[in-house]
Amino acid sequence: MKRMFTAAVAAAALGLTGMAAQAESLKIGFLATLSGPPAALGEHMRDGFLLGVKQAGGKLGGLDTEVLVVDDELKPDAALTKVRGLIERDQVDMLAGIVFSNVMMAVYKPIIDAEKIFVGGNAGPSPIAGKACSPYFFTTSYQNDQNHEAMGKYAEDAGYKRMVIMAPNYQAGKDSLAGFKRYFKGEIVDEMYTQLGQLDFSSELTKIAAAKPDAVFVFMPGGMGVNLVKQYAQAGLSSQVPFLSAFTVDETTLPATQETALGLLSGAQWAPNLDNEANKAFVAAFEEEYGYVPSIYASQGYDAARLIDGAVKKAGGKADKAKLMAAMKEAPFESVRGDFSFNTNHFPIQDVYVVKAVKREDGKYATETVEKVFDDKIDAYVGECGMN
Amino acid sequence: MSATLLAVQTLNGLQLGILLFLIAAGLTLVFGVMDFINLAHGVQYMLGAYLAVTGYSLTGTFWGALLFGMLGALVVGLVLELLVFRHLYDRDHLDQVLATFGIILFLNEAVRTIWGSTPLTLPMPDLLSGSFELMDGLLYPVYRIALIVAGLVVAAVLYLLVTRTRAGMLVRAGATNAPMVAALGVDIRRLFMLVFGFGTMLAGFAGILAAPILVVEPGMGDNLLILAFVVIVIGGIGSIRGAFIAALIVGLVDTLGRGFATDIAKLVMSPSAANGVGPAIASMLIYLLMAAVLFFRPTGLFPARGG
Repeated sequence: MKRMFTAAVAAAALGLTGMAAQAESLKIGFLATLSGPPAALGEHMRDGFLLGVKQAGGKLGGLDTEVLVVDDELKPDAALTKVRGLIERDQVDMLAGIVFSNVMMAVYKPIIDAEKIFVGGNAGPSPIAGKACSPYFFTTSYQNDQNHEAMGKYAEDAGYKRMVIMAPNYQAGKDSLAGFKRYFKGEIVDEMYTQLGQLDFSSELTKIAAAKPDAVFVFMPGGMGVNLVKQYAQAGLSSQVPFLSAFTVDETTLPATQETALGLLSGAQWAPNLDNEANKAFVAAFEEEYGYVPSIYASQGYDAARLIDGAVKKAGGKADKAKLMAAMKEAPFESVRGDFSFNTNHFPIQDVYVVKAVKREDGKYATETVEKVFDDKIDAYVGECGMN
Repeated sequence: MSATLLAVQTLNGLQLGILLFLIAAGLTLVFGVMDFINLAHGVQYMLGAYLAVTGYSLTGTFWGALLFGMLGALVVGLVLELLVFRHLYDRDHLDQVLATFGIILFLNEAVRTIWGSTPLTLPMPDLLSGSFELMDGLLYPVYRIALIVAGLVVAAVLYLLVTRTRAGMLVRAGATNAPMVAALGVDIRRLFMLVFGFGTMLAGFAGILAAPILVVEPGMGDNLLILAFVVIVIGGIGSIRGAFIAALIVGLVDTLGRGFATDIAKLVMSPSAANGVGPAIASMLIYLLMAAVLFFRPTGLFPARGG
């Protein structure tokens, strides 16, 4: 099934299935990172989105929906070429997806300039929430700083006084720690920047053990996080120094970290056990369809499809773009995260939680909400956006 | 900065060095002895780890996984040799780089198709899963000690094999003058195939040993391949002894750099500036070291061949 689908996508990308779009159909270009080490994130997001399309009977908002899934390869230049192809050759009606911020920044402007509706599925870099906001862009994820801010507030509320914080030495890593420090007012004993793709953390762990902080906060996405979490547990630190993180311990990395990650805390706007009807139905359907536990990326992809479905329905089709965008802004769908509305910059106003890694009764690993940190969180950049 | 901290960081460095040596050993053997640039060494490391994960799910023990992974890596290595590499021995380095780069792309995608892109894990053997307190608040896993021992054993065995056995002598002779060895009645092709298979198995072995500490994911060998090349260039291409010493140096420099660069930078500048400069310097250190070695000793610290 997956292979057939890939073949269909490849064929579509090559323009072999270049059928003219019919008036009552909806064509969506979906970009995700599907190769290289972080491919799991893109696959989760894509599977979530396609589940949303499938549940609508292949008709988002009642229109026959064709989704062209494209691998952005985590290369901004390759993504740009593919986006141009989607817009000019395939004549897609909308675009959706994007896992990484650097890819997002490369394709954002061309999509907006082409006046295509663009539904972000993960990356939420600050410029797009602020100065460069656009009426064509909506995101069903978060502003990048949000989950780090949540952990900063959690650490502050928990009464931690001395903390070590750590992130890879690149822009997102620095933004992450800046977001954390916006809410954490205690002493930062050490602020460590590691190499991107670092494998062995024994040097950093030794420093943490020597500093004896009240807790650590890390942002260590993908395989780096798996290495760190395993080694943190093996060094016996898990039982002594609380481990707070964001985008490090989730359903994409838990299959690899397993027991070593149990009990670790992260900031997230969603977890599989969030108690609402839409979420229960989503998680059950997702596990049934794909056989693995959905992550926040999957939930965001699913919500993106549900948003498009609701908005097209409300606008009565895609013909009147202004009407469709107005419908989008009202977020006419039941989000799997419960409360959900768009701010003036089209970023979500939503609750943010601290979640914990647990082993479920069926033996699978997942995250679970511990407490709500922010109620109706508004991002820090909305003031810079000129829209209303 | 206490003496304990320095000692612990030194141990961390040695241990990273041993891990690097395990990966670099097979590479330097194939590169030095056969004059063959095998960029696919990193994916063979990855394959060892993945096969071990499968072996673990079949047998349920680490030792079963180890055996399965090593035999699997050997078989894959020999098949690749038969299908691809043997046609490249006489070609120039550029052809070898292109062909083996193709194999990287192919195997990375193959692994993703078979095992999926979600990272996997290989549990530690129960026998070695303990740990002891190295300093206040920091445990050191017994497994890491086992890794160091395994690395030392591999180093010793390799050294003896290459310098003290008849097979090792033929390998060295074949590397120096292959046509002459062939003329003396030795099947040089078969010899190279054995060396290559052995090198592949070493890469797989390194992947399996690393799997309980590191992540098993597609492309996991790509970063390490670069480090392994740094190691063999510093050590002298083809020299097992050189690879061993260079791996320890690289491990130490990298770990101590990461451990202390920021603190040292803080002595001469503001903390926020040090946070920017420290990590940047730390990540450059091993490449600076390589540049310095290449400048003063272009053939590496322990050149395998004369000149």
